[in-house]
Amino acid sequence: MTATTKTVTTDLSSTTKDGLGASPRRPDGTLKVTGEFAYSSDLWMEGMLWGATLRSPHPHARILGIDVTEALKLPGVEAVLTHEDVPGAKRYGLEYQDQPVLAFDKVRYKGEAVAVVAADHPETARRAMERVRVDYEVLPPVSDPLRAAHDPDYPLVHEEGSLPVHEEYRQSGNRVRHQPIRTGDFVAAAESEEERRRVLERLRAEADVVVETEYEVGMQDQAFLGPESGMAVPAEDGGVDLYVATQWLHVDQKQIAPALGLPQDKVRLTLAGVGGAFGAREDLSMQIHAAMLALRTGRPVKFVYNREESFYGHVHRHPARMRFEHGARADGTLVFATLEIVVDGGAYASATPAVVGVASSLGIGPYEVPHVMVDAYGVYTTNPPCGAMRGFGAVQACFGYESQMDKLAAELGMHPVALRVRNAMAQGSRIITGQEIDMPLPMAEMLERARDLPMPVEREALEDPADQRTLPGGVAGTTRGEGVVRGVGYGVGLKNLCFSEGFDDYSTARVRMEIVGGEPVVLVHTAAAEVGQGLVTVKGQIARTELGVEKVAIAPSDTQVGSAGSSSASRQSYMTGGAVKMACEAVRASVFALARERGSSRRRSPTPSCRCPGARSWRRARGLWCPWPICWVSPRAAARSWRRPASTTTGPPRCSTRPWGRGPRTPSSGCACTVPWWTWTWSWAW
Amino acid sequence: MRVNLNVNGEDVTADNVWPGESLLYVLRERLGLPGSKNACEQGECGSCTVYFDGVTACSCMIAAGQAEGREVRTVEGLAEGTGKGGDRTLGVVQEAFVEAGAVQCGFCTPGLLVQTDDLLERTVGAGLGAPGDAEIREALAGNLCRCTGYEKIIDAVHLAAGRRAEEAGSGS
Repeated sequence: MTATTKTVTTDLSSTTKDGLGASPRRPDGTLKVTGEFAYSSDLWMEGMLWGATLRSPHPHARILGIDVTEALKLPGVEAVLTHEDVPGAKRYGLEYQDQPVLAFDKVRYKGEAVAVVAADHPETARRAMERVRVDYEVLPPVSDPLRAAHDPDYPLVHEEGSLPVHEEYRQSGNRVRHQPIRTGDFVAAAESEEERRRVLERLRAEADVVVETEYEVGMQDQAFLGPESGMAVPAEDGGVDLYVATQWLHVDQKQIAPALGLPQDKVRLTLAGVGGAFGAREDLSMQIHAAMLALRTGRPVKFVYNREESFYGHVHRHPARMRFEHGARADGTLVFATLEIVVDGGAYASATPAVVGVASSLGIGPYEVPHVMVDAYGVYTTNPPCGAMRGFGAVQACFGYESQMDKLAAELGMHPVALRVRNAMAQGSRIITGQEIDMPLPMAEMLERARDLPMPVEREALEDPADQRTLPGGVAGTTRGEGVVRGVGYGVGLKNLCFSEGFDDYSTARVRMEIVGGEPVVLVHTAAAEVGQGLVTVKGQIARTELGVEKVAIAPSDTQVGSAGSSSASRQSYMTGGAVKMACEAVRASVFALARERGSSRRRSPTPSCRCPGARSWRRARGLWCPWPICWVSPRAAARSWRRPASTTTGPPRCSTRPWGRGPRTPSSGCACTVPWWTWTWSWAW
Repeated sequence: MRVNLNVNGEDVTADNVWPGESLLYVLRERLGLPGSKNACEQGECGSCTVYFDGVTACSCMIAAGQAEGREVRTVEGLAEGTGKGGDRTLGVVQEAFVEAGAVQCGFCTPGLLVQTDDLLERTVGAGLGAPGDAEIREALAGNLCRCTGYEKIIDAVHLAAGRRAEEAGSGS
């Protein structure tokens, strides 16, 4: 067995050019450096219209009436739509369906979409929006997240009974989700406030040092470079084709179709070029609006937000208020930790439930703490909606617990690294939800290595200390060096890979192998979004390694193949990469089976002992492409059973179609197994 | 209004231009050259950088009318020609960016390429030798990138500078 494993490993990784382990060029690199890569804002069609969005100037107001008459009179304006024109469901959302497609009754944040316009020129559309009259009754903002979390008398952002309540998330009032976590002695005290206080007092007494601090972190924006944009094209079947920049085509489709009152298969999405994402494209922006206008006017409609509108057009990182308390013994050993964190989700839920999940489960950081009490809240306010941004939930808490570590170290007179090392998690540790870290975690070693690194060169030792380019802010000239001091700090963070909280995840890939011009070519088709991270490169590398074929084409991502999940949470290399790998394995098995079935194999060996095609280049044997070097395919057998399809590159697959059912999924610690839904094998010889 | 200008060596005319349009809009929407990107439309990010009469400028900050009679060179004009079989031959800077992994989402790339091309003209091209890190950072300070963290971009500029210098050396 050992010998077999060794052979496979060696063969798979090292023989195919630009396979795994190599650094191939990005397949889209040439297009991107010549300016030919088609981003969602670059799309153009004959007869297309420009869309524009009228947004609320108030954070909180009642809509008394909307009059579009004057806007419609403007020459060049083809449509002005409001909530009354939404053909289907009036609300959508990633997790809670709480966000109006176009505002009705109330607006709940400054910048909320109220009406959309389609016109022949962006300037015409802008002027039309100036003519839409909206009567608002301005209401006081509901902007304090702490009151939203705890004050039952604080006004509700969403009227009682207007939305379904998600009890599994302890949703109530302005709370979108409340997630408590208790470990150690706090478990027994979970139900009673008084018991909890008693436990806390006892733990405080056990500790030699207690540090309690409140922290606040502000809102941030992903600020991807390519603002929200895309095009909707009405289709002859009454459906619509969308070319958009997004992170998850299928979750967009799932939200768009009900709003348009269309079945999902009539809302087809293709990924246009994406100018960065960082979480900000998880939610919808212009998708439904463009589709509504396209269906209404019967013409393609393109939206391109400008930078200012982009800030209104997507969610931001949740601002957070945190209160941490840590107790430690004199030697630095942590005794207990408590955390109350309130993240401000703004007007609509977006990813807030997931952010609360992460903030609670990872909120104490990568430290061994025997007794923990965490309460994480996500709330509705009339502030700008917040949702996904790299590392959501984990980074807010990280600022707090790492600041606590430094404060504790100072109180104890310890080196900040020594305190962290003393309490560091390692393989076998459990995070506060009970999940075991079942893989190597050399955190203590990494910290010690960081501490031992030489300090950066002192400013005075630089060749030209007065050179402004070496100062913070560089040539922007924010300082000439006066008052610039240097500090060195240490920090560690805890973050989930793949979706959080054991999300039941899967991805899909379709892989097809065929002979084109006498050479084997592999086509990899997934719906995964390339947002700049390089997944298109990785998919090709995996296919080359698995199938031993150098020529790999990456099909455009669209909804004609099953869902690949989101390009978020550092999951695509693992999930969609895994799906591509499994689909390639299925293709390989099919080819092996075909060869055996047709007596093309010299020896009747089971697959494991056959050399896989990844092992060597596909070798031509007696006029045929042979799937593995030690077997050969007889021309006669092939002529009998393999037929050449009529077309070499297009048309439906003729040979062995192998559907894979939805296999068992294994929910585990944040990652799950990969299930390829369909694999297509298409090989022939002549 | 009508605007006549020279883009990438060709005399072109844009008709029905609304006076409020920028040079960037004319390039992208009227002349079919979407390579220059609109990321901020306020001269902050550098994604729309073009040569304007030989000097790099943000095309979003130039009114269409100001381009009358001027010479503009965009990212589309940086490629060195068409190779065998119609394949585009990339310019030295373009090739270096792909090779060094300086291209991710690629939205900032066109502006960075034009700005780097200009830097190399002013340094290697003027016989002053390859630019150092500080000089590169200064030259690219007006170009924002959200994906790469800039390290690979600086690697790419060094790579391109080295190759330009080699070319210059072998040419003399």
